[in-house]
Amino acid sequence: MSGLIDFLHMGGYAGYVWSAYGIALVVLLWNLVVPVLNQRETERLISNQLSDDEQ
Amino acid sequence: MWTWFHKLGSPRYFYSFASTLIPWLGWTCLGLMLAGLYGGLVVAPPDYQQGDSYRIIFIHVPSAWMSLFVYVVMAVSGAVGLVWRMKLADVMVSSCAPIGAAFTLLALLTGSIWGKPMWGTWWVWDARLTSELILLFLYLGIIALRSAIDDPRTAARACAILALVGIVNIPIIHYSVEWWNTLHQPATVSKLDGPSMHRSMLIPLLVMAVAFKFYFAVTLMMRARTEVLYRERKSSWARDMMIRR
Repeated sequence: MSGLIDFLHMGGYAGYVWSAYGIALVVLLWNLVVPVLNQRETERLISNQLSDDEQ
Repeated sequence: MWTWFHKLGSPRYFYSFASTLIPWLGWTCLGLMLAGLYGGLVVAPPDYQQGDSYRIIFIHVPSAWMSLFVYVVMAVSGAVGLVWRMKLADVMVSSCAPIGAAFTLLALLTGSIWGKPMWGTWWVWDARLTSELILLFLYLGIIALRSAIDDPRTAARACAILALVGIVNIPIIHYSVEWWNTLHQPATVSKLDGPSMHRSMLIPLLVMAVAFKFYFAVTLMMRARTEVLYRERKSSWARDMMIRR
């Protein structure tokens, strides 16, 4: 348990190290989520075109 | 090889090629990233001068390398688009810009967080930091330029030219630490006489660098695939694909 606390403590630099890693995580995940959402939106756009054409 | 390259230039083929590639690249990236993080955060010892604060290096340096690498990929794609009028080249330019901007932002933010405990300041107008900030503005400029021009072909040409002009900044960023000896430290990894870094720190750093390359490949394929589908939304193959689903 103390090993984990030491690890999280990062030799007194916890705030710096973990905020840097946290920001990295957010930016990297954001860059994965945006293209997934865009892909869905584009697929929906094409499907809507198809149903418009049918009418 | 060339016939394959030509086939890849066809939007329909590229779309299915990218779709099969994405999961492979994605899992490889995740595996490497977890290995690199374990090596960097758990296995590697604290630095004798910087203590544990140096561990920011495992995300800062790969992001900074990628911010330059993505720019070169983008500028080369721009050149290909201008010379051979290849449609896919502009898709690459438009897909690279936001990814490159993200890496640049990450390099600047993590560098700033590392600078505070080590240099005593979040920011200085040092040559490396300033030229990297200009890189961020170049990426944002290319994104803004594209959204400001309605005609897609004019937008493609304008973005390619801006990307090519901006490439002058890349050697400036790279050599800034040698030309102007200000606050940012010089290179420790890419040196003629080998890296001046212990293997226990160097190996996770290189693993993270490869993981970031794979991350770039995944996000580039994801963005490019969507962009191709959007541009081809009126084509029969795109419609057929949506019917078959």
